[in-house]
Amino acid sequence: MHMESRELFLHGSRVPDTGPDGELMTLNMGPQHPSTHGVLRLELKTDGEEVAHIRPHIGYLHRCFEKYCEKLTPPQIVPYTDRMDYLGSMNNNLGWAVACERMMGLEVPEKVEYMRVIVAELNRIASHLVAIGTFGLDMGALTPYFYCFRDREMILDIFEEICGARLLYNYIWVGGLSHDFLEDTDDKILRFCDHFEKRIDNELNPLLTFNKIFVNRSANVGVMTPEQAWSWGVSGPSLRGSGVDFDLRRDDPYSIYDRFQWKVCVGEGLMGAVGDCWDRHWVKVLEMKESVKIIRQAVASRPKEGDVKEKVPARVKLPAGEIYCRTETPRGELGYYIVSNGGNQPERVKVRPPAFCNLSVIDEISRGALIGDVVAILGSLDIVLGEIDR
Amino acid sequence: MDFLMGNIWLWGPITAVVIAAVITVNALVSVYLERKVSAWMQNRLGPMENGPQGIFQTLIDAVKLILKEDIIARGIDRPLFKMAPYIVFGASFAVFAVTPLAEGVSPADLDVGVFYVLAISSFVAVGIMMAGWSSNNKWSLYGALRGVAQAVSYEVPLSLAVLTVVMAAGSMSLQTVCVEQGGGFWNWNGLALHKNPFLVGSFLIYFIASLAEVNRTPFDLPEAESELVGGYHTEYSGMRFALFFLAEYANMLAAGILASVLFLGGWQPLLPALDFVPGPLWLFGKAYFFVVLQIWIRMTLPRLRVDQLMYVCWKVLVPGALAMLVLGGLWQLMIKG
Repeated sequence: MHMESRELFLHGSRVPDTGPDGELMTLNMGPQHPSTHGVLRLELKTDGEEVAHIRPHIGYLHRCFEKYCEKLTPPQIVPYTDRMDYLGSMNNNLGWAVACERMMGLEVPEKVEYMRVIVAELNRIASHLVAIGTFGLDMGALTPYFYCFRDREMILDIFEEICGARLLYNYIWVGGLSHDFLEDTDDKILRFCDHFEKRIDNELNPLLTFNKIFVNRSANVGVMTPEQAWSWGVSGPSLRGSGVDFDLRRDDPYSIYDRFQWKVCVGEGLMGAVGDCWDRHWVKVLEMKESVKIIRQAVASRPKEGDVKEKVPARVKLPAGEIYCRTETPRGELGYYIVSNGGNQPERVKVRPPAFCNLSVIDEISRGALIGDVVAILGSLDIVLGEIDR
Repeated sequence: MDFLMGNIWLWGPITAVVIAAVITVNALVSVYLERKVSAWMQNRLGPMENGPQGIFQTLIDAVKLILKEDIIARGIDRPLFKMAPYIVFGASFAVFAVTPLAEGVSPADLDVGVFYVLAISSFVAVGIMMAGWSSNNKWSLYGALRGVAQAVSYEVPLSLAVLTVVMAAGSMSLQTVCVEQGGGFWNWNGLALHKNPFLVGSFLIYFIASLAEVNRTPFDLPEAESELVGGYHTEYSGMRFALFFLAEYANMLAAGILASVLFLGGWQPLLPALDFVPGPLWLFGKAYFFVVLQIWIRMTLPRLRVDQLMYVCWKVLVPGALAMLVLGGLWQLMIKG
């Protein structure tokens, strides 16, 4: 009895060891596996090539983010948020800054708001490029990966110029930004937009999205119904891939997203059922185009005068109380729940990471799939282990 | 010379050494070619450090592989594990024995050359199964099961496509097949619509099936890196891994050689006027054309899934190859009389 409760404590509910055709084989995918996108371990119960159950084991990248937050002041926490979803660091920064500013009732200058939107959307494109490239790589398409990284490199170069870092930016501060744009940054961003829109239509889509083999591999695979998506708390492109028209940038606006003309892209089941891997991929492709639209508008209308550090408080002190603030990162709904007792450090910080919830649905949507499909489904869910484990 | 040619005990070992050297050099060249061609396709430079344009990179990699520790993990079936790479390598090695290099020149001109090639290359599947089974690793086992299923299935359309050529040439000897295609590129089986139009269809089917036979994308499931880690050679290291590697590139070249002998005239020059260029150059030029084609396809296409792989074989290629065989036979009977 004792052993059993210990087992339940360690592994949660039991996964059956037998299927309709007899005993199932346990296959350990990860933590050292090329397609688990980091240090994730998937325990597969397989019947030949067919997968009966999947249980994800996480925690290999746990770095006590939430506990550290209790010992740091809000500006000190910003670099830690970089390290959660390291592919979308700007968006993590933004979520934290917005949460703290809402709690403090701090207004940031117009100029800062516009610049935040620009970098957040650029980062969304960069993150989606990695997601799309590695998704292709999971299915054996080697070349799109390099094309995606080439385009991402242009964004990273822009980021390097404005804040000195290529991956972990610490750029969006509570109340402002760490640096202003350089004189030619706007031109560079617009040049990237021109270049990038053509690349999507001329390279990425013909080579990967509409490739016959790619469509065969991803259409009708890992179908997630809207009900499943809602009930598992899936968010972001994975939720919209299932045809749910929901985007926090529009439906729970933060910053100045309500000022731009853009649309929320949803999966329509163009190649198969609504909510399959291909739809999740397609939503990301469309979203990159929408991000380019937002960036163009923001660059065109942004005020150029003013200091980006003007409103940065000398000492950030969160008033007593609590807040749950959610923003749309490339992976979905990133929520910060902050409890403060009025001291220098927050009393408790809880993060609701989108990738964690997106990963949890994998068992349900990949029952009966083949091993090759599991890799595709995992790739289409676009997880970042740094965020899941924190 | 006659003494040399007549004495199998002298001639045999010399040929074997030459073929082994060709295979080794081929692996060095092909790996370098693959790296460079893929790099050019992907906006990269590829190897650049060792030697001009990095030409010594593969040589140094080979030295590294030889010097590496040969790890045999606990629980591995040692005799099978040790033997498997040699069987795989030996099978791909033996295929080269019947390569026709020029008119009347081949290491061994067998009357059943085509049959010999098909039979001996099937041994690769045995080696793959041994490697996967003995490794005591589930990923290796999956790779081996996929590899054997694939090799056995794709041999059917491959053999049927080759049979069409045999029928047209009236011989199983690779030399005769080459001689039959003389007189310019319009007489090559793969291009000669006037000789027998169904050979062109067989050419396509043969090429697709040969991709699967040598485990190249889009049929590289036995060693699908993103799914099965390393496939059947997950547990291999050092020299034994190098042997699998050598065999893979030898197979690529063998598939290219066979394709050019059967469908592109082998050692026959492009035009009769270009006769002065020696036959082996033509043969290897054509074979490397296919090797580059394989690399190109690998860099362009994603990988099929297991069930789709079987679908392509049994529902597309096998009926297609059968149709080509029957129609080609009828053409041979009716038109050619």
